[in-house]
Amino acid sequence: MNDQSNDMPNLGITDHLGRRDLIKVGAGVGLTALMAAPMPSWAASEKPIKIGMVDPITSIFAALGHSEIKGAKFAEEEINKKGGIMGRPLQLLVEDGAGNPGTTVTKAQRLVTRDKVDFLMGTVNSASSLALSQYAARQNKLFLCTGGHVDSVTGASCSWNTFRTCSTTWMLTSGDFETLFKKFGKKWYFITTDYAFGESEQADYTKQLKAAGGTVVGGALAPVGTTDFSSYLIDVKAKKPDVLCLLLAGDDQVNCMKQIAQFGIDKKIAVGGALMELELLQALPEAARYGWWTMEWYWNQPKTPHVAEFVSAYKAKYKGQYPSARSWFGYASVHAIKLAVEKAKSTDTIKVVRAMEGLVLPPEIALQPGAPEYRAADHQLILSMFPGHAIPTGKYPNLFDVSAIVPGSQLALPASATGCKMKYPA
Amino acid sequence: MSTPSSLSRTDAAATTTNPKFNRRVIGNLLLGLVLIAVPFWLPLVGGYTDLASRVLIYALAAMGLNLLLGFTGGLSFGHAAYFGLGAYGVGLMLKYETHNIFIALLAGTVLGGAAAALLGPIAARRRGIYFSMITIAIGQMFYFIAVRWNSFTGGYDGLTGFSRHPVHLPGLTLPMGSLDFYYMVLICFGLGAWGLWTILNSPLGHTFVAIRENHKRLTFLGIRTQRYIAISFAISGTIAALAGGLDAMYGNFTSPNVLEYTLSGNFLIIAVLGGMRNFWGPLVGAVIFILVRDYVSSITHNWMTVIGLIFVVSVLFFPLGILGSIKDWRALISPRIREQDAP
Amino acid sequence: MVLLLFNAFNGLIQGAFYALMALGLALILGLNATINFAHGAFMALAAYFAFTIFPYTGFWGALIIAPLLAAGVGFVVETTMVRRLYTRKDPIYTLLLTFGLALILQDMIRTIWGAQGQPLAIPAMLNHPLSNTYFFVTGYRLFVVGVALVSTGALFAVLRFSRIGIRIRAGNSDLETIAALGVNIYLLRTINFMIGILFAGVAGILAAGQLGLNPNMGDSLIMPAFVAIVVGGVGSLLGSLLGGLIIGLASGIVTTFAPAASEVVIYVIMGVMLVVRPRGLLGQEGLFE
Repeated sequence: MNDQSNDMPNLGITDHLGRRDLIKVGAGVGLTALMAAPMPSWAASEKPIKIGMVDPITSIFAALGHSEIKGAKFAEEEINKKGGIMGRPLQLLVEDGAGNPGTTVTKAQRLVTRDKVDFLMGTVNSASSLALSQYAARQNKLFLCTGGHVDSVTGASCSWNTFRTCSTTWMLTSGDFETLFKKFGKKWYFITTDYAFGESEQADYTKQLKAAGGTVVGGALAPVGTTDFSSYLIDVKAKKPDVLCLLLAGDDQVNCMKQIAQFGIDKKIAVGGALMELELLQALPEAARYGWWTMEWYWNQPKTPHVAEFVSAYKAKYKGQYPSARSWFGYASVHAIKLAVEKAKSTDTIKVVRAMEGLVLPPEIALQPGAPEYRAADHQLILSMFPGHAIPTGKYPNLFDVSAIVPGSQLALPASATGCKMKYPA
Repeated sequence: MSTPSSLSRTDAAATTTNPKFNRRVIGNLLLGLVLIAVPFWLPLVGGYTDLASRVLIYALAAMGLNLLLGFTGGLSFGHAAYFGLGAYGVGLMLKYETHNIFIALLAGTVLGGAAAALLGPIAARRRGIYFSMITIAIGQMFYFIAVRWNSFTGGYDGLTGFSRHPVHLPGLTLPMGSLDFYYMVLICFGLGAWGLWTILNSPLGHTFVAIRENHKRLTFLGIRTQRYIAISFAISGTIAALAGGLDAMYGNFTSPNVLEYTLSGNFLIIAVLGGMRNFWGPLVGAVIFILVRDYVSSITHNWMTVIGLIFVVSVLFFPLGILGSIKDWRALISPRIREQDAP
Repeated sequence: MVLLLFNAFNGLIQGAFYALMALGLALILGLNATINFAHGAFMALAAYFAFTIFPYTGFWGALIIAPLLAAGVGFVVETTMVRRLYTRKDPIYTLLLTFGLALILQDMIRTIWGAQGQPLAIPAMLNHPLSNTYFFVTGYRLFVVGVALVSTGALFAVLRFSRIGIRIRAGNSDLETIAALGVNIYLLRTINFMIGILFAGVAGILAAGQLGLNPNMGDSLIMPAFVAIVVGGVGSLLGSLLGGLIIGLASGIVTTFAPAASEVVIYVIMGVMLVVRPRGLLGQEGLFE
């Protein structure tokens, strides 16, 4: 049933747990086989170090999840080719969290109790990140959040066991706030996705806007999965803002941008927002590719060492696909765990946590200027931001023009202002 | 599970004839022992206790649904609504009102049960496909309320910030870890099953089955079938709500996903897969459904296809479900059983 | 006030869209006695077919050919699976069958075409607002309404004047009698199912033009179609049409006052309808019971 997988790039991730296992199940094997653990592809006498990754493979977050998993698989392969971690093979076990916090926790439970993984990583949407962070703390496991942006993960709800590779919503919003404000004006309108991520972004923008003397002329909360934005856009037209700020996620962002273009609103009002992803730009038709946004990583960095090699190796593995920021999150997170384990010379949770605090990603992993570091006080990776604008006439993968690479240290709130009070277990 | 039993008219009558009744009691006792011993044998075959809790929670919900579906003949595609209300009831109580998990569970069950009691009569005014359509739509209404009433329900992100608090008994404190919780689920499951069993063996239960078998005749006999369907609906929703409440405690978390029609569909397939004419059918269905989903989703990204195939294959080839098919097969080889169970 | 008018009008456009989906669903619900949970997946399937043949046929060709391809898949599904369940009286079997099919179709779509969303380009002539004041009346939206009108008109004409249409209608009211009169009801049901999928296909491509393609695209669109049927009255095609327009209009109007309630309102309308007039606007008493 997935014979097509050979020529489909997105299925590279099923490589080693692929067709044969499926046929096995399809053949209807009994309970014993159902309980058996999948075999690692790395034959070795050493016990593997296991990372359990819970990421959306289905649901509206699937496209982003697939990229993160590809990046992580790429890192796994790279590490195992070079002899693993401290002589032990690395095994990445991937489960589908479906972007649903309940499912995410259930899958993590399986990974921890049944597969006995040493570390947890993953999640695309913030609600899943928060739920998994809470669960991992109870289980005494390190959790490296790859893609949930809400401030609280490394802010008010921060936890001793949780680190984060992607940026905070504060960093995302401050990445291009000045550009939007100075270039286009002080009257803003928000269309925000109705869950933690969007609300956090809007709060962050609003704070900066008020401080700079701007006003919020209106806003709408759109539930996840909204297909028709016209009623919101009618209100936007009526309020005549200078900037229409879109804080939506995934397909919703795509739908909204298309409708804005159909209504011709982007021709009259500046449209922008915080997070933009290569996956989203890819899903947009030419006419709807516009606006000012922030990327968290971009493949086209001619001046940064190692990036070109990474991109071409990634392309070779995934049949011409370019790595997105999500791919990099997956890639960097797996490497970060490896580095921390090596630094701690142990897989013990608290020792690895201590080793990861202050861990600096070396240039061949960081793949960006500067030296991003997992800040000890709040466990947030201080990565660079790539504000810029979409290229309407661009052809894949040339869809975004990075205007500057801003070091994260200029954008992130100081650790004291994040609201994070780290409490370690006794 | 050694004596799968169905409550057709003959079975219900059999409660008074001793040999079969005894066999069934022994069977149920055996099943009880197997379930009590789960934490000891499950790890040996590669399972884990939380998985068993999840199986029982789903089985309980599907057994509740099956009172309406299998024994009264009402196809509800909206039972996730009552399951979800139970979950939100428990979550909200634990978050804002009380640290006593039993009070919270009771509140959640009452909330879901009350909703079922109020909405059942509306749905019961129609039968067949229309009944199903109404139940779907009512369920979706609760879904959207949970998604949009952000400040109260936590919206799309779900409700967090509550947990199973330890239980203080005189001279004993239960920390409510995986093991304690499993037994709590098992006790609730036992109570629910006992309640359903009692109802099905009472005149009320016989009326339900009669409605399923011949709705028209009962109407002609002057029995107000709508009222009985509504009663079945309310009981069934209450049991689902109890299961939902346990589900919220299971992960210390609940989200609008527990109100979605997809979950209603899962409950239905659990009942049909195990055998919706059989009392323990939903339990068998839940064991298979949850185990397959748990396992398949970690070995292939195409787990949805496998689940979809379970739906298609069981509908096309095993309309009686697993227990129903076993009974059919036994009837083929043993004339004695055929005689007993012949309608 | 202007805003209210805007929203109401916009709601009507949206309603035309729901109506198109509800019609296909209602057809299948009628003669095939099947609550087709796979309707949304068939929509997505047709849209992806359109996406695939687009380079060869262009938008207009795809709009015609892709629904036919989806109807072909519908043919296979009906003849190999749905058909076997007609003799079972309990609607649960067809319902669970299509529910499972929906999962499989969605997963296949994700496997074949990828989880990554894709744009479906629409002709430039349709892709801009018609006037400055009424900017939300884009060419494409009017086109959607136009297609909805034309295909609904065509459907009613077929049902009214063609032999097959008359038989479908007759079958809806008394299947046994027309079977006794020598009509091949198996063939009739197959054709009816395919027409239903055809409508899903057209709706899917129109949706893809506006929203883009992704494997889950059917999920959010199928429920309002169910509600449209309940409100309009099960068993009445005209009712489904009206139901779609009414819920579109209602959610448009409510958006003006309480945007947060715009989805719930359609379920509230349905609830009120069920209490006041359980058979729906134009539903027949006693059908499918």
